[in-house]
Amino acid sequence: MKPSAFNYAKPSSVDEVLGLLSEYGDEATILAGGQSLMPTLNMRLSAPALVIDINGLSDLSGISVDGENLRIGALTRHTEIENSPGIAEHAPLISMAMPYIAHPAIRNRGTFGGSIAMADPAAELPACLCALDGEVEVTGKSGARKVAAKDFFKDLYETDMAEGEILTAVEIPKLGAGYRSAFDELARRHGDYAMAGVAAHAKVDGGKISDLRLVFFAVGSTPVTAKKAMNAMEGQSVDDASIAAAQNALEQDLSPFDDLHSSAALKMHYAKELTKRVLTTLSGG
Amino acid sequence: MTNQIEQIQVTTTVNGEKVTALVEPRTNLVDFLRNQMELTGTHVGCEHGVCGACTVRIDGEIVRGCLMLAIQADGLEVVTIEGSDDSGEIADLQKAFHERNALQCGFCTPGMLMAITEMLEKNPDPSRQEIREYLSGNYCRCTGYEAIVDAIETVANTRKGA
Repeated sequence: MKPSAFNYAKPSSVDEVLGLLSEYGDEATILAGGQSLMPTLNMRLSAPALVIDINGLSDLSGISVDGENLRIGALTRHTEIENSPGIAEHAPLISMAMPYIAHPAIRNRGTFGGSIAMADPAAELPACLCALDGEVEVTGKSGARKVAAKDFFKDLYETDMAEGEILTAVEIPKLGAGYRSAFDELARRHGDYAMAGVAAHAKVDGGKISDLRLVFFAVGSTPVTAKKAMNAMEGQSVDDASIAAAQNALEQDLSPFDDLHSSAALKMHYAKELTKRVLTTLSGG
Repeated sequence: MTNQIEQIQVTTTVNGEKVTALVEPRTNLVDFLRNQMELTGTHVGCEHGVCGACTVRIDGEIVRGCLMLAIQADGLEVVTIEGSDDSGEIADLQKAFHERNALQCGFCTPGMLMAITEMLEKNPDPSRQEIREYLSGNYCRCTGYEAIVDAIETVANTRKGA
């Protein structure tokens, strides 16, 4: 199908975007990379009166390292992040996740901020951001505010952003000494939506895991932090017994639902298998 | 919506030629190329970014022609399969596709060729697995992909030897 008719604006400043948002309210939509928005327009799942193309806001694009944090502008495209030595050094989890995000042609256009703002439950980056204790910078009429990733993803496609606000950047603490990351996902075909996936991050010292984060995606309405499984691994070496304990704990952490690709029981099975894989990777095996 | 929609002027370079046209904001890049530029080599398949039939290059990078508005190409350089064909840069790929029977109906082929061109620029010596991953966003319903991977492998090997 083709999109229904809309007007188009290409502002050159964030203030201009905010002005249009307050004028049009929910009749307006933001076009960043467009890789999720355009399908919904083409299928007429949404029919805005105004599309606000923010691709002219070059200030919102780019990666910078600032003291303790890595800052990724909302408009930074996946391909740039995938090829960034700074990301590979300071946030290797993000680099690991990149090849799983759709296909090269999509990654050439899709943006980091777009993926976070969209909050698709099967998306990789929201889970990574939660695993890394990242923050989301949201800008509105009264200025910019920062929201911890764990408080940002509220529900299915719902975030902490209020009407009239836009996502301007994401900040991620630089990789701490002794910390490692691992990432894995299962999909029917490379680049497809995940049936289940996990972002993992932990301190590994003498083979022992501490401060573990296991954040799952495509198994709930939002990224799901598996706290019981994380606790089960605290101070443990990765072996058959500790893996089994973490897998058992997952039963309390996750309550997946059936979707097009897999039943809830199958998703739980995938999550357990993924847990084994990322723990093994974290321990260097 | 009953609001008045105005056409917007877009100036872009298509296959090396500068063009200026009026487009409706909602016009997808691929429809602009096919209907207004009359370049029908780029195909319209799923219209939601899944099949890859509409793959074109914008400033050198492959994109989905159905997931970009024509007005977003303003000031940018678009290359379609017609441009790649005219330049001769994919002549060896086309020949290998033909010889290896890497197409039957041909609907996916333009998009495939655009994606492969970018892949071989970035990675001149891909493994079969890497080829499959790069082309995971381009659907072919005829060949089963095996012949396509064969054809690409042949071209990569020949180019390396050249």
